[in-house]
Amino acid sequence: MLELQRVSAHYGPIQALVEVDLVVRAGEIVTLIGANGAGKSTLMTTLFGTPRASSGRILLEGEDITALPPHRIARRGIALVPEGRRVFAKMSVYENLLLGATPLEGAHVEENLQRVFSLFPVLETRRTQRAGTLSGGEQQMLAIGRALMSEPRLLLLDEPSLGLAPLVIRTIFRTIVALNREHGLTILLVEQNARQALKIAHRGYVLQNGRIVLEGSGAALLADPQVRAAYLDAVS
Amino acid sequence: MTAAVISASSPLALRLRDALAVTVLGGLLALPFIGLVTVEEGGALTVRTRWGAWGATLAALFFGRLLLRAALDAWRSRRPARKRAVFSSGDAVLRRAAGTSLLAAALLLPVFFADNRYVIDTATTLGIYVMLGWGLNVVVGLAGLLDLGYVAFYAVGAYTYALLSTQFGWSFWEALPAAGALAALFGILLGYPVLRLRGDYLAIVTLGFGEIIRIVLLNWTSFSGGPNGIGGIPRPSFFGLAFARSAEGRTFHEFFGLEFSPMHRFIFLYYLIVVLALLTHALISRLRVLPTGRAWEALREDEIACKALGLNTTTVKLSAFATGAMLAGFAGVFFAARQGFISPESFTFSESATILAIVVLGGMGSQLGVVLAAAVLVVLPELGRQFADYRMLVFGAAMVTIMAVKPTGLLARREPTVRLNPERSAAP
Repeated sequence: MLELQRVSAHYGPIQALVEVDLVVRAGEIVTLIGANGAGKSTLMTTLFGTPRASSGRILLEGEDITALPPHRIARRGIALVPEGRRVFAKMSVYENLLLGATPLEGAHVEENLQRVFSLFPVLETRRTQRAGTLSGGEQQMLAIGRALMSEPRLLLLDEPSLGLAPLVIRTIFRTIVALNREHGLTILLVEQNARQALKIAHRGYVLQNGRIVLEGSGAALLADPQVRAAYLDAVS
Repeated sequence: MTAAVISASSPLALRLRDALAVTVLGGLLALPFIGLVTVEEGGALTVRTRWGAWGATLAALFFGRLLLRAALDAWRSRRPARKRAVFSSGDAVLRRAAGTSLLAAALLLPVFFADNRYVIDTATTLGIYVMLGWGLNVVVGLAGLLDLGYVAFYAVGAYTYALLSTQFGWSFWEALPAAGALAALFGILLGYPVLRLRGDYLAIVTLGFGEIIRIVLLNWTSFSGGPNGIGGIPRPSFFGLAFARSAEGRTFHEFFGLEFSPMHRFIFLYYLIVVLALLTHALISRLRVLPTGRAWEALREDEIACKALGLNTTTVKLSAFATGAMLAGFAGVFFAARQGFISPESFTFSESATILAIVVLGGMGSQLGVVLAAAVLVVLPELGRQFADYRMLVFGAAMVTIMAVKPTGLLARREPTVRLNPERSAAP
C-alpha cells in the first residue's frame, strides 16, 4: 500500500532521514518506534510533502506521490492524525469533523459522521463544544475522528498516546486495533510508547538517528534484547 | 521605618512600585508635552518651562494609577472566573436581538434626524468603518492573517472609481464591481508573495505594501494627481436621478415631487452605505457556513493540520486576502463618491491602524463586535470634541480601559456556524 524507497529528508543542512526503506502492506498495523529526535515525526510529515524528500521515492498504491503538494496527497486516501492532536481549538467538535471531510468535497458527510460518532460516542454528546475545551483523550479521539471523515484507506497516527493517562491510552489503542480488524484500515503508527505499540502491531521498524536499524514482526521486536534494552526497560 | 512595615512582596508595595513606574514613564512623556511650552515673544519663539503643571501631572499619574489598580483588583476579585465551553443558545438569541435592534435603529435613524446633517454624516462615516471592519475581519479575525496595510485596498477602490468616473465617465454602479475586482486582484498580488509568512513577518510586509500604494499615488502625479488628489468626482445618483437643484436629466426632487433639499443626498448616501454594509454582512455570513469560511478559520487555528486534512492553504489564504480586499474596494468607491475629492492623505497608516483596532476591539471574528467597536472608535472622538486638544488622550484612555477590562475584545466568543439538532441544543 505504502512504500518508501531510500527516502532522505533534510531541514536545511541537517539530515533528518537517511535512505529510509519502509513498507506498509494493505491490512497491516505497522509501527515505527524510536527515541526523541530519531526522525519519527519527520518521516510522517515527509509522507505529506513537508519537508519534501530530498532523495528517494514514496509510492502510495504503486503511484509516486513524492512530488505532490500536501493537499493533493491528502486526497489520495491517506489521512494523518498529527502529533499533539492539533484540533481546531476555537471551533466546535462538529466543525472540526466537517473540516476532516474536506478531501471528499462534501460526499458521504452524514454517513461518515455517524460512523465516527458510533466509534466515539463522546464526540456526539460534545458536538457543539469547542474542541479546545475537550480533555486530552477526547481531543485525540476528535483528531482520529477528523482523519476518518475523509474515508482513508491508510491512516497515519503520530504519537496518539502523547500526554494521555494510561487508561485513556488503552482505549485509544483498542480503537486502533478495532479500526484495523473491523474496518480493514491499514495503519502506520508512530509511537514512543514502544511496548504497547509493538503489542498491537503486525510489524515494526526501529528508527535511530534517521536510519532504520531494525525491523521485524511486533512480537519479534518485543523479544529482541536490543529493543528491550533501548526502548522497553528504560521506559518501565 | 516604612520599609519595615511594608514587606517587599505585599500588594501595597507592588502597587506603589507599579504606580512609581507609571509616574516615571508618564513624567518623561509629559516633560515635552506639558513641561515645556512655546511662547511668542517679540516675534521670536521661545521655550518656557511649566514645572508646576508638570508636577501636578506627576501627582495625578501616581495617585490615579494607585486608584485605578485598586479599583481594577477589587472588581476582578469580585467577578467569579467563568469559563463557558459550550456555545449557549441563549447568547445567540441575545445576539440576534441586538443585531435586529441595531438594524432597526440604522434604518430609522434618518427619520428622526432628517434635518441634522452632522448626525447623518457621522452615521455614514460609521457605516464605512463598519464595512471596512467586516472586510478586515475576514483576513485578520477569520483567517488569522495580520494585515497592517489594509487601507491600500481601500485606496485602490477609491482611486479606481475616481479615475474611471472623471476620465471615462463611468457611473457609480458601473465602477463598483470593477473597483471590487481590481482591489481583489491587488489582494491576490499582495497575498502571493507573502504566502509563507505568518504573524509579525506578514504584518511588516503588509505594512510596507500599504505604504507603497500610498507613496505611488503621492508621486505618480500624471496618473493620480499626486498630492493634489482627484477632485470633481461625480456623486452617485438614485437610479439615474441626480441630487441637485437642477440638472440635465430629471432630478430626484422633481421626480418625487418634493421640495429640493440638500439633505436628500446625505440621507441617500447614508442608506447607500447601510445597504452596502448589509450586503457585506450577508456575504460574510454566507461564506462562514460554507467550506470556504470554515477553511479560513481552520487556517487561523492550525496551518499544519489544515495541510494534513487536504486543504490547499495557498487558495485558502488568497481567497481570504481577495475577499477582504474586495470589500475594502467597495468601501473605497463609496468613500470617493461621498467625498467628491480624494488624495493620498486619506489613506495613511493611521487608517489601517484604526480599522485593525476596530477588529481587535470588537473581538476577532465577531460581526456584531465590529459594529460596536466601530461605533466606539467613530463616535467617541466626536463626543470628545469638547475636550479639544485632549481628545486623543481621552480616546487613548478609553481604548486602554477597554483592553484592560475586556482583553479579548467586546464580543470575543464566536458563534458556531453549524448546529446539529437545533431543537435539542436549544435546551439549557
